[in-house]
This record gives sequence, structure tokens and C-alpha cells, in this order.
Amino acid sequence: MSPDAIRDALFACLGQIAPEAEASEIDPGRSLREQLDLDSMDFLRFAVAVHGRLGVEIPEADYPRLATLESAIAYLGEKVGR
Amino acid sequence: MLEFRMPSLGADMEAGTLTRWLVKPGDRVERGDIVAVVETEKSDIDVEIWEGGVIENLLVGPGERVPVGTLLATLRPLTPAAAPPPAPPPQASPAPAPQAAEPAAPKTPPQPAPPTAPPSTAAPPARATPAGPTPASSPAARARAAELGVDLTTLSGSGPGGAVLLSDVERAAAGAPTAAPSAPPPALLSPALPEPSPRDRAASMRRAIGAAMARSKREIPHYYLAAEVDLSRALGWLTAENARRPIEQRLLPAVLLLKATSLAVAKVPELNGFWENDAFRPGAGVHLGVAISIRGGGLIAPALHDADTKSLSELMAGLTDLVQRARAGSLRSSEMSDPTITVTNLGDQGVEAVYGVIYPPQVALVGFGRIRERPWAEDGRVSARPTVTATLAADHRASDGHRGAIFLTTLAAVLQEPEKL
Repeated sequence: MSPDAIRDALFACLGQIAPEAEASEIDPGRSLREQLDLDSMDFLRFAVAVHGRLGVEIPEADYPRLATLESAIAYLGEKVGR
Repeated sequence: MLEFRMPSLGADMEAGTLTRWLVKPGDRVERGDIVAVVETEKSDIDVEIWEGGVIENLLVGPGERVPVGTLLATLRPLTPAAAPPPAPPPQASPAPAPQAAEPAAPKTPPQPAPPTAPPSTAAPPARATPAGPTPASSPAARARAAELGVDLTTLSGSGPGGAVLLSDVERAAAGAPTAAPSAPPPALLSPALPEPSPRDRAASMRRAIGAAMARSKREIPHYYLAAEVDLSRALGWLTAENARRPIEQRLLPAVLLLKATSLAVAKVPELNGFWENDAFRPGAGVHLGVAISIRGGGLIAPALHDADTKSLSELMAGLTDLVQRARAGSLRSSEMSDPTITVTNLGDQGVEAVYGVIYPPQVALVGFGRIRERPWAEDGRVSARPTVTATLAADHRASDGHRGAIFLTTLAAVLQEPEKL
């Protein structure tokens, strides 16, 4: 799966949780929680949505790797690629 | 004859706008069925009926704003059994005016209810079918349908009066291709009323919160207590527990705090209930109001019912559902009207502690700040442990600091045995 495809999937998941978020305005290197004002419930729903869409297991210990768009694309790239 | 009146959906509500009916005359309803959608300053609320019966007359039409307590509909009781009730009493006037509808109130053209009920013998109390090509639907269902690109007109609803429910939409979506993720959501299908603009809603919500909080600060003699709670055992247990659970069933630390709060308040019942007419009325059960921030501003605190008797998994599912429905504008009337104590958790925003303003007529509010590692001294040694500052704001008319302290101590103790939560 290409990084672009993963990025699109992540945007779709974020759209479910923060519908007002503009994909083009998200800074890929900055914390998603901070930029989109996600609380811990929102963030968990985001992780569940990513799991549902991409079919990857995401242990709780790996949640920090979903923190930014950049780190999430790298992490999921490893997971999906395998 | 049973009467269905505009319910009070919180201390900050004086009137509500009936957005739409989900039933029509002749429909049979059970206690707890959602029969109407009411718009308050804060949100759209799905209003449940408190007694079963057969709808006789709908007295307020869509779009009408009426004070709390206004008669909205009349019902025939279901008992005794299936015997058809006697014919309605003869009306003195051939055109009985709906007594509750205010004459000055503008009537929206499609008045759903003819003022006379169909004769009971001719109307079997069957579930209603959708009245037109666009079925009635709950706000959550509409929002979800827009999100998923599901056409509501293609669905047959399983709700009261054939209303399309959230579950119907999800079921339809599961069997249908999902909309392209980046596609803009299709416009909501023929809502009964134009939706208020987000700005209007935000402004009216601010006014409603302001009015309730001003009343609280004016009338309630607050006292405040705080305690630092060691969460190392609770979070250690939670990490191990979550490692065993699939991602959809994992628990948030907030759920442990909610359960511990409900167990502790059950031990100090004078914090759980209402101050009304110069007297304390204990709550029937622990119905935890959970303060939920609305994206774009404002907050709402619907109830998780009987939180002290629920498992952590049940509370997590309940909380997830409540947050989603609070933000989609489809809370139920019972959730709005009966929280017995409220919990606010501002830990995600990074604050150390929150000293809350009690939501009248409740008598206490519990606050949690951020969970983070702090130095903790025990047995002559200092170590870094995750802790949280728990606070209690309580009404001095109903309790005093001694009892409040017992609550916080109990809360801390309960969190040291997470496996028992």
C-alpha cells in the first residue's frame, strides 16, 4: 500500500471524528490531537477506525506512533507492507 | 386519558421547539419509545414517552416553541388488555381546538395531526408505516446517513412510527458500498425544519449554560475539596487488561474514574441527588452526568444510568455511545433530565485540577485533572507514579466537608483495587 493511499485512509478516518477538519490544513509533522482538538475518546475512535479500514492490529503500546500524520504513515506502512 | 407534556431537559431549559413527531394518531407506543424530537438551546433531543398507550391527539405541530409542561399529545391507556376502550367522550364543539397550542403560535403548513382521533375500533394499534417517501428519522440516523452516503428514502425504519434509527442506517451501510471518503456529505434529506446555523446554536448554548451556572453560583453554597490519587495500580491493571482486548473493546482510564466515582458516591448518598424546595431528594440510582464538550463550543452533561451497577465494558460502551450521540445531537430525554451527580474530566486539556460549578438541582460535581507522573512519597521513599487530582464541589445545604472527604477517600481507596471495579 502506497504512502498516499495510507494518507487518504487516515484522512477518511479523521473525517469521521473531526468532520470540520480540512485535510489540506493538517501539518504532517505536528500532533493530530493538538491540531484537531482530539480528546482521548476521539483518539481511541481514530485508532479503531484505522484498524477497521486497514485491517491492522494496533497494540495500545503503539498508539504514540499514530500521533502525527507522518509517524502514522510510516508506522502503518510497516504494518501493511508485511 | 394520558398526557404527554414538554419535558424539562435540564435546569437550563425553559422552553423547547418541537422539531418533529415520530408518531401519529392511532400509533401504539411503549414506555421508553422515542416519539418526538425536541430542540433546546443546547441540542436536539429524542424525547421518550413515559407511559405506553395509543396516541390520540398531537396538539403541537412541528416548529412550535412551547414552555416546559405544555401538553404535547394525549394518549389512550393500553389497559385493560386488548378490550377496545369506550368511544371518546362526545365533544361539545365540533372543531375542538387543541387546548395547548398557543393561538398566536404560527402553524407550519403540514399539520400532522387532525384534531380528532380516528375511532379506536377502526384503528388497530399497529406500528405505523412511514407517512411519505422520506421516512422519519432520528438526528443520529440522519447525521450517520450523511456521513456514510446512505439514502434515507431507501430504508425501512425499525423505530417508532417506522422511524429510521441509527442501527438501520448502519445495517444499510454495511451492505452497501461506502461513499468515497473524500466526497462531501450529501445534504440531509428534507429535515422537518431548517437546521439552526452553528453560530446560532453556539450562541444560544452559551446563554443556556450561562443562565444555569449563574443560578448555581447565586443559589448553591459551594464547598470544594481536593485529593491526589495514586493511579499506578489502576493503570498497571488497565494496561494488562487492554493488551488482552481487541482494539474495539479497550478501556479508557476515564472509565475507571467514572466507575470509582459511582461506587464512592453510592457510599455517600447525600452527594447523589437533587436540592428541591428547600430539601434534599436522594437520587434513585447513581446516574452519572458526564460533561461532554461539543466540537465547536459548549458542553452538555447527559447521564450514564446506574453507573455503579455496570461493568467497565458496559460503561465504556455507554460512554462511547453517549459522546457520539451528544455530538450528533441525538441524546434522549431521560439522559438529559435525570443525572444525579456530574463528572467533568479536563485531563485531556492538560489542567492539574478542575473545581466545578454544580449543575442545579444536583448537589455535587466531581472533577478530574490530568493523569501524569508526579513524585509520590510512601513508606519513607519517593518514587514517580501516575496520579490524578480528584476534586469535589458540593452543596453545603445537602452535605458538609466531613462527608465530602469520606467520598474522596473512598474514591481513592476503590482505585487501589482496580480488579474489583
